[in-house]
Amino acid sequence: MEHPTGRRALHPFWVIVNKEMTDHVRSWRFIILLSLILLTCFGSLYTAVNNIGTPAKPGTPDNGAFFFLKLFTATDGTLPSFIVFINFLGPLLGITLGFDAVNSERGTLSRIMSQPIHRDYLLNAKFTASLLVVAILFFSLTFLVMGLGLIVIGVPPTAGEFFRILSFTLISVLYVAFWLNLSILFSVRFRQPATSALTSIAVWLFLAIFYPILIRMAAHAMAPDQGIMADPDAIVQYQHTVLNLLRFAPSQLFSDATTTLLMPMVRSLGPLTMEQVAGAIPNPLPLGESLFIVWPQLTGLIAATILCFALSYFSFMRKEIRSR
Amino acid sequence: MKDPVIAITRLTKRYGSLTAVDSLDLSIYKGEVFGLLGPNGAGKSTTILMLLGLTEPFAGFMKVCGIDPTKNPIEVKRKVGYLPDDVGFYDNRTGLDNLLYTARLNRIPKDQALRKAHQLLEQVGLAAETKKRAGAYSRGMRQRLGLADVLIKDPEIIILDEPTLGIDPTGVREFLDLIVRLSRDQGITVLLSSHHLHQVQQICDRVGLFVGGKLIAEGDITALSAKIFGEEPFLIEADIVCPASEDISPLQTALRQLEGVGSLTVTGGSLHIGCSHDVTADIARTVVQSGYGLTRLQKKTHGLDDIYHRYFEGGKA
Repeated sequence: MEHPTGRRALHPFWVIVNKEMTDHVRSWRFIILLSLILLTCFGSLYTAVNNIGTPAKPGTPDNGAFFFLKLFTATDGTLPSFIVFINFLGPLLGITLGFDAVNSERGTLSRIMSQPIHRDYLLNAKFTASLLVVAILFFSLTFLVMGLGLIVIGVPPTAGEFFRILSFTLISVLYVAFWLNLSILFSVRFRQPATSALTSIAVWLFLAIFYPILIRMAAHAMAPDQGIMADPDAIVQYQHTVLNLLRFAPSQLFSDATTTLLMPMVRSLGPLTMEQVAGAIPNPLPLGESLFIVWPQLTGLIAATILCFALSYFSFMRKEIRSR
Repeated sequence: MKDPVIAITRLTKRYGSLTAVDSLDLSIYKGEVFGLLGPNGAGKSTTILMLLGLTEPFAGFMKVCGIDPTKNPIEVKRKVGYLPDDVGFYDNRTGLDNLLYTARLNRIPKDQALRKAHQLLEQVGLAAETKKRAGAYSRGMRQRLGLADVLIKDPEIIILDEPTLGIDPTGVREFLDLIVRLSRDQGITVLLSSHHLHQVQQICDRVGLFVGGKLIAEGDITALSAKIFGEEPFLIEADIVCPASEDISPLQTALRQLEGVGSLTVTGGSLHIGCSHDVTADIARTVVQSGYGLTRLQKKTHGLDDIYHRYFEGGKA
């Protein structure tokens, strides 16, 4: 075909991304979820700002430094902190953006597929669009919180704090990406959007609420003798097993990772014996060390995300293109 | 004849043990309106999907505009417009937005796409509904928007899968007229599948009868009926004025001597004449010259209906 204008038309992949992003931003469910997130975000920011001064006794290395990070973690118990909210609402956001990605394209799928585009463009573009929306949302939210915090408490963040917050945001996006991919997977597998939405929510509730309960119950049953004669190795071993089982839930990985990043005093995610702690100076870890601690968690999250994406890609590519 | 734009040789598609398309051979030529006719589940849609490279064939070869859709589906989809049965649009967008989206997926620059979209909406009679959300379109309007959607990429071939399903009779006629006009004006090859005999008969140059994954007959309606009804594809009925007592055997003899006339039966004042080609004018002349009054003369062609039924009777027998 002849294109008289010199300007190159947009690549079809970005055309789809563009359209999907517009659809998300205009949709009611996104607006509702956005207001929910904004509301909780400002709620937790408010409690954080109110409580930020209380424990800040000068002289304790814990509170003097990393004052700014408290914006994200401080709470007085009435409202959960910002990271807890993200841990809870992130999956919901991911599911909202992905649960009807493919199965809502009834009748339109065969029409779009008959355009000169590769089949995987549609799936990849839908994923990219949702991820971009999430990334833009989270980064603007984080910067908003930082800006407001700056105005309210008047203490600028140090470079270390700034990068910790950026890493936290990146991990949050990654965490939502996992749930997004899981719900896209269900949207490819199930024909009804309602089925895929409910399945995604069921998986989320199971992993967020029931799974830890089940593990704790099981852990209780198989706990070793904790009496005075207890074998310390056995106890450490047992604690490790329980923690590792808990880490099958992405929310555990996420809270491990974010806690370590936003609370530099955390120096290990597993149990520490008195021997190991003895002699340790209660100093915050540098960012690199904190990242080093959460590296397994990050790898786990990325692997789970990629696995979900690979599965949905595979089943989408094999899907029979039929109208209705 | 010229090279075919769609050439299918020994195309086979299997789903497990079910053979949906069985060793199909078919050629469609440029500018032709070809009707793929068959009952539901005959393998029409599967064939169409394979032509677009959306489904891989089990065996056999295809060339669409000289390109193999299995190896290079993108190039084929650039040249072929496809209107699926029960086409869907993004309901929260306007008809115009839906068209522009397709245009952008085909990398048509914005201003050109806008011009083309308005022109097409005008052509399919949706100019007044441009700003209406596609979700509010009626079935017939959706189908017409679908046609505009297919045409926006300036295709060489358009493939329509059951395009008239669920539209009212007036809508069907308008829609089919539109397709024929486009094919004639712009030299677009049209492949259309249907299980509606009359509609296919109205507009198709050639028809392929598709049953159980096999193409069991192919050709224009006359050729098809010639194939099935043997020597006498035409049936002519004539009513003449004559007293019941009068012997009309001279007329019968005269008629039998006409070239092409086969069987001849007389019931009361009407004659049923089977013939190998159209001899209506000769019959009229003969009747009048023999001194009889001719009150009615009707040429009946065997329709697809008859062909269809004959085939299914044959198939079952």
